[in-house]
Amino acid sequence: MGSITLKKVAKRFGDVEVIPPLDLAIEDGEFVVFVGPSGCGKSTLLRLIAGLEDVSEGVIEIDGTDATEQPPAKRRLAMVFQSYALYPHMSVRKNIAFPLKMAGMEKSAIKAKVDHAAKTLNLSDYIDRRPGQLSGGQRQRVAIGRAIVREPSAFLFDEPLSNLDAALRGNMRIEISELHQTLDTTMVYVTHDQVEAMTMADKIVVLNAGRIEQVGSPMELYREPANVFVASFIGSPSMNIITGAPAAEAGATTIGIRPEHFQLSTDGGQWRGVVGVSEHLGSDTFLRVDVEGVGTLTARAEGEFPARHGDTVGLTPDPERMHRFDAAGLRIVR
Amino acid sequence: MMSPAVILLLLWMIVPLAMTLYFSFLRYNLLMPGTEAFDGIQNYRYFLTDPAFLEALGNTLMLVGGVLCITVIGGTLLALLLDQPMFGQGIVRLLFIAPFFVMPTVSALVWKNMFMNPTNGLFAFVAKVFGGTPIDWLGHYPLPSIILIVAWQWLPFATLILLTALQSLDSEQIEAAEMDGANAFSRFFHIVVPHLARAATVVILIQTIFLLSIFAEILVTTNGGPGNASTNIPFLVYAQSLLQFDVGVGSAGGIVAVVLANIVAIFLMRMVGKNLDL
Ligand SMILES: Nc1ncnc2c1ncn2[C@@H]1O[C@H](COP(=O)(O)OP(=O)(O)O)[C@@H](O)[C@H]1O
Ligand SMILES: [Mg+2]
Repeated sequence: MGSITLKKVAKRFGDVEVIPPLDLAIEDGEFVVFVGPSGCGKSTLLRLIAGLEDVSEGVIEIDGTDATEQPPAKRRLAMVFQSYALYPHMSVRKNIAFPLKMAGMEKSAIKAKVDHAAKTLNLSDYIDRRPGQLSGGQRQRVAIGRAIVREPSAFLFDEPLSNLDAALRGNMRIEISELHQTLDTTMVYVTHDQVEAMTMADKIVVLNAGRIEQVGSPMELYREPANVFVASFIGSPSMNIITGAPAAEAGATTIGIRPEHFQLSTDGGQWRGVVGVSEHLGSDTFLRVDVEGVGTLTARAEGEFPARHGDTVGLTPDPERMHRFDAAGLRIVR
Repeated sequence: MMSPAVILLLLWMIVPLAMTLYFSFLRYNLLMPGTEAFDGIQNYRYFLTDPAFLEALGNTLMLVGGVLCITVIGGTLLALLLDQPMFGQGIVRLLFIAPFFVMPTVSALVWKNMFMNPTNGLFAFVAKVFGGTPIDWLGHYPLPSIILIVAWQWLPFATLILLTALQSLDSEQIEAAEMDGANAFSRFFHIVVPHLARAATVVILIQTIFLLSIFAEILVTTNGGPGNASTNIPFLVYAQSLLQFDVGVGSAGGIVAVVLANIVAIFLMRMVGKNLDL
């Protein structure tokens, strides 16, 4: 219950092809994250699955049956919108009860379900308030509550955390992951933030201009990015991308080295450069180093590293963890 | 220290009101000059016990209520229609507001002579084409006819306000309701109507203020008749003071109208208070 399969699904708005034909399989119970830069078609893809947009071609199967022509209400999917889309004139209770009321459920059953959902989501104290009287995080919970009471076969989230401040975002991330573990329901989650993708996903789908660049588990994408786009998109701080002579030396058009895969030293090293900015976080030290003939590189040292602006340091890339890409930007498998 | 502007404004409002109040306690008939004398509450007694008063009060409420119903319900439906993407949207919307710019007397005369006239009117013509008997609209259904004319004038205003409100509705709310299993009717009554409540309140508030004092449309169409069938309070005041030359009773009627308007205003303000501060 809750598998979603896209077969040659494409979407055009007029002449503009936002999503070229693509195939994708989402297994039952999986937490799938669509990640990509803003405007790459993540929301459109999610709305196609929800049935809020009609596909231009292709077939969408939900639980093995063709759902391409089904209206949104019939697909048994619940969506949490970026703006939360709460009904402003209804109390929290009525908001959460709305889908059940529309389904014609009995009053007493609705009350029991709403109370249970409110308790799960820590909303019991605000149950009679209007959305306008709630904080961002509380509104977020109401939107999730409205989704879970329906007991859908899959949840769709469209950038649900982008309106929250950083601290709250971290908490909600954990809450949503926990929710996935307790409910064990398929979740499709859209975000432009690769940190959210890496921390929450069972499977990440990296999108770029409507095309799927790579599908895989967070660690697969981290260890073996299929191309330069995925390599530079996944990981924080992002991977150093180097072209030219140093890349040719390694037998590639482009090489990529993650900041954490440099050996930093005060003297010696394969490349030597001048520290531009140094960020000391205690647990880590991030250095921006200008290396002549290579470019500006970001390097991470664990713990404290004694380097300041203007110092010269040595950088030695770990050859085992260097990513090599060909002229088309595709990974060269060694 | 009051600024001159405030003093001017006060005079502007207070002087006519004070004079009306003063006249309302005088025996003051233009046909009998020189007999003006303090008359106690006789003018009020005369105005309020006149059978025409209750009829006029009823007509006033019917007129306001009828026009409000037509414009708010009709305006909502038209706003839904105009919100659909269509060919020549800008022009249609521009044409749509045109009735609002026609002077009340002119539009009432156009309706009276070109549409509702039982011999030459368009409605009579249509009735004859289909073999029916033309109806003397203003003669037989004076109040509904006036309600229709006034509603026609105010419909664009209501529609435009409601249309802007409709366009400010977050489309994600409608989509969320769609995903929650609400059909088109449920979406309209559970999401759209509550969203329009504020705008409708504003429409009702503004229109009521103007509709309580409808006068020109009645003067040029039915002259309050037949009998008192289409006389409202402002028209009754006019009839008392200028047709029967009794300024005293007319003034008393004016004061009664002011009190009534204030009662309505209090009700409206309560409604506004409830609806505007969500
Ligand atoms: N209704 C629409 N009509 C035309 N173009 C649209 C529409 N919706 C989205 N687009 C276009 O599709 C592209 C992808 O949009 P979207 O899916 O919202 O991106 P994302 O959610 O990844 O930021 C954008 O270039 C956007 O301009
Ligand atoms: Mg989006």
